[in-house]
Amino acid sequence: MKPSTTPGMTRRHFLGHLAAASSLAPAAFQLTGALRANAKELSRNHRSAILLWMGGGPSTMDIWDLKPGAVGSGPFSQIKTSGDVQICEHLPQMAKLMHHMAIVRSMSTREADHNRGRYYLHTGYVPNPNVTHPSYGAVISHEMASQTTDLEIPPFISVGGSSEGPGFLGMAYAPFVVDANGQVRNLKFNTEHDRLMQRMHMLREIETGFIHDSRGLAAKDHAKVLDKTLSLLTSKQMDAFRFQQEPEGVRQRYGDSPLGHGCLMARRLVEAGVPFVEVNFGGWDNHRDVFNTLQNDKLPKLDQAMSALIEDLEQRGLLDSTAIIWMGEFGRTPRINGNTGRDHWARGWSAVVGGAGINGGIAVGKTSADGGHVETAPYSSENLMASVLKALKIPLDRTFTSSNGRPMKIANGGRVIGELFA
Amino acid sequence: MIFSLARRVATALCFCLSAVIFAAVTFASAASVLAGEIPRSQPPSSDTTGDQGVISAINAYVQQGWTDAEIRPSAEAKDGEFVRRVFLDVVGRIPSTEESSVYLDSEAKNSKTELVDRLLGDDYVLDYGRYWSTVWTNLLIGRTGGQGRRTLVNRQGLAQYLRRSFYRNKPYDRLVAELLTATGVNKPGEEGYNGAVNFLLAHLGDNAIQATARTARLFLGMQVQCTQCHNHPFNEWKQDQFWQLNAFFRQTRALRTFQGRNIAKVELIDEDFVSPSRDMKKAEIYFERRNGTTSVAYPTFVDGTPIGESGYVDQVNRRVELAKLVVRSDYFGRAIVNRMWGHFFGYGFTKPVDDMGPHNPASHPELLDYLSGQFAAHGYDLKRLVRWIVLSEAYGLSSREGRDNSTDDPALGEPPLFSRFYLRQMSPEQLYESLLVATQAEQAAQGDEAKKEQMRRRWLDQFTIAFGTDENDETTVFNGTIPQVLMMMNGDLMQTATRCEPGTLLHDVATSQAKPREKITRLYMATLCRRPSSREIKMADRLWQARKGDTVAALQDVWWALLNSNEFILIH
Repeated sequence: MKPSTTPGMTRRHFLGHLAAASSLAPAAFQLTGALRANAKELSRNHRSAILLWMGGGPSTMDIWDLKPGAVGSGPFSQIKTSGDVQICEHLPQMAKLMHHMAIVRSMSTREADHNRGRYYLHTGYVPNPNVTHPSYGAVISHEMASQTTDLEIPPFISVGGSSEGPGFLGMAYAPFVVDANGQVRNLKFNTEHDRLMQRMHMLREIETGFIHDSRGLAAKDHAKVLDKTLSLLTSKQMDAFRFQQEPEGVRQRYGDSPLGHGCLMARRLVEAGVPFVEVNFGGWDNHRDVFNTLQNDKLPKLDQAMSALIEDLEQRGLLDSTAIIWMGEFGRTPRINGNTGRDHWARGWSAVVGGAGINGGIAVGKTSADGGHVETAPYSSENLMASVLKALKIPLDRTFTSSNGRPMKIANGGRVIGELFA
Repeated sequence: MIFSLARRVATALCFCLSAVIFAAVTFASAASVLAGEIPRSQPPSSDTTGDQGVISAINAYVQQGWTDAEIRPSAEAKDGEFVRRVFLDVVGRIPSTEESSVYLDSEAKNSKTELVDRLLGDDYVLDYGRYWSTVWTNLLIGRTGGQGRRTLVNRQGLAQYLRRSFYRNKPYDRLVAELLTATGVNKPGEEGYNGAVNFLLAHLGDNAIQATARTARLFLGMQVQCTQCHNHPFNEWKQDQFWQLNAFFRQTRALRTFQGRNIAKVELIDEDFVSPSRDMKKAEIYFERRNGTTSVAYPTFVDGTPIGESGYVDQVNRRVELAKLVVRSDYFGRAIVNRMWGHFFGYGFTKPVDDMGPHNPASHPELLDYLSGQFAAHGYDLKRLVRWIVLSEAYGLSSREGRDNSTDDPALGEPPLFSRFYLRQMSPEQLYESLLVATQAEQAAQGDEAKKEQMRRRWLDQFTIAFGTDENDETTVFNGTIPQVLMMMNGDLMQTATRCEPGTLLHDVATSQAKPREKITRLYMATLCRRPSSREIKMADRLWQARKGDTVAALQDVWWALLNSNEFILIH
């Protein structure tokens, strides 16, 4: 992939002007190390994660953990896969790749409310009025910070949705949200580079004065975000968002849905060195007409995009260093309701993980014959999070300090799901 | 048989009579609304002793909190900070330089009171009405409400109804009652138009589950969404209670009129509720418990008060009964006081502001009780409540940390003590309006009212993402994020503002006869309501040199920096 230059300048050109600019330039001008003099190819010495977030709570009993013969079973049949598991017949392409993925069929989380469930699955903690916990992306990008010093674009990117925030880790680890077309608004600036830098000097002066006035955290956070924005404006790593540059064949393989675009973008971003990408694909809150929706709308798109992503990562040699997580905020009821739909159900549902050395082709745990309850050891959000972090080689004995001084264990101290590792 | 018939006739007659009276009252107020006049707002109370008593009591309660925590408050905010802050919180934008000068140059002893009374009076009735209409439209139907092909909501209709309500400072209990009982057509200009219907129209899907949850949350400060399916895990709410409340909404129907494949208009009507048993005397609803069993529910309010079980609207109008129960309940005043306090201070007495109860104790329970009582006693006058809050000692404090109140920081998870003003982000709407004021970009831009509103909506839409769940949830990617910064650095509005076009403030300042230093000061006053420090003036001088003496260009640079600063974008 040959990155093209931001129209009007290259980084070297930009920095050349900076050096030659007026006496303002050398005057202790220090952005927080955001500008780098050498835009060498980013060497990949770290791992990444891609979270496929299925907003609404997908009916995993009809997708990954079918119960043919049960009273509440849906109309779908199972098919064999390249792993030791069977999955829904409407995911034929995924069936060929299941040897890369593990289905955690023993997820049991208590939160069946959208907001609470979303928060819990993203942070490993249940919502608490006193603390805002950091989500997957914030934790991972924070821990990878020392390995991603050459990354000029944000380390936590959320496509087509807003994810959950960075909590007490601060706005520097907030998700950078782009829509499914990779559009970033207001990226083009119309000032010459040295003039922009001089403006930044003035801005820095005003900001610093206000910060030193002890007004509160929000003032400092703003300055950090300014630096990140400036870094982004001048980086050619921004090309990673432009998935439209991919050959037609590749784009078709992923499919023309928001999920397809998002997954393709995720691959490019991971290639460019981004440690965490979340791709949002909602519409799973099927309280009515669930089977129709799954069969004709959601599952074909999922099958196309997710299989393309796994294949693509594998072919490029990235699958061993990239963890993939598929989940929603909860599952759905084993009973079919009066509207041919299923309602929220957190007591037993499935998540899917793979890549980054996680054992593939297996199912972890099992649910009861009716699909509603977990019969083996139940796993919850903190277990899944700990497992993902382990796959990314992030130490699990890390403790953060929240803004009110309380120690917060990474992944809420969750135990790793043993079956996922050798 | 005859008795029951006579009873029915008597009931019907009673109803007719009250309907006539009700209609007369409604028609009277409707008539003035339809005539398009903007009624004069209530003048601020002439009984200032009454207000002063309340304000002193608020101060005493808050001070008690400081004493108990052994801290002392920060100093008073500077005048420039106060006028900027109060404009933002009361009318949703920063003051223009003319407006702030009126306050800053005033030598009157009670200039603060005068300022507040001006903002709550006739001079600002339009700004006030527009701002609070925006706030409440977002609360009632979300920033994304009214979008999408299949929506039943006419957002403009709701906004217009709210604007007119706030123009005339409609008592809050009346406002809520109207929202809960509204019937009529959703679209302005249509026959039978009543903008208030748009609140419920947004939430009637799935047997009014969302209407139930939102009513409890917004007007009673209770979060009950979980209990749709099971007893609440953390508070005392039970599943029956949810459905008993839901039963109040079952006599409603939304009638759509189509134009081709689009919905042209929607009418919200009261309709007799025919339950599955078809027993009109006891019109029940059913709900499923987790274990699959079915239970029955009749309309019963959150405090256990039942109402008549008839499904006939003319026997028991469930929504009317609900409205009465809501506005008379203890939760009602406390919920709005908590929310309004949170609006002005950034934090209410509970966090979140709309999850109140024994499971989430208030930080200042006596103050909350006291203020709720006073609010009710004064006829639920919202402008009155605003006046008390804004003239309180706590609201006038600086955001600068004092010598020993660094522990008072709710951002770190501590319960708020209000010993300093807490820094917070402007809402997207506040930022937009403030940019327009600061830059006078609106004067420079072309376009009529409709186009301006369109521009405003487009600008705001950048920042809102809907979750697409059954709860109409949404979130903003606005606060302190890169997209916000990018917008401020490079966005269209900013480009207009910094281009120095005729009509913009920058152009006015640049082409004026004032000295360079005076020009810089004008820019500072327009954005930050203060004068530049000597360091900042030196910095500006260096910019001027870098621009090789091109004053206009240097001013553009300073202007850009001011508008992009944390001090501009934060409420402090």
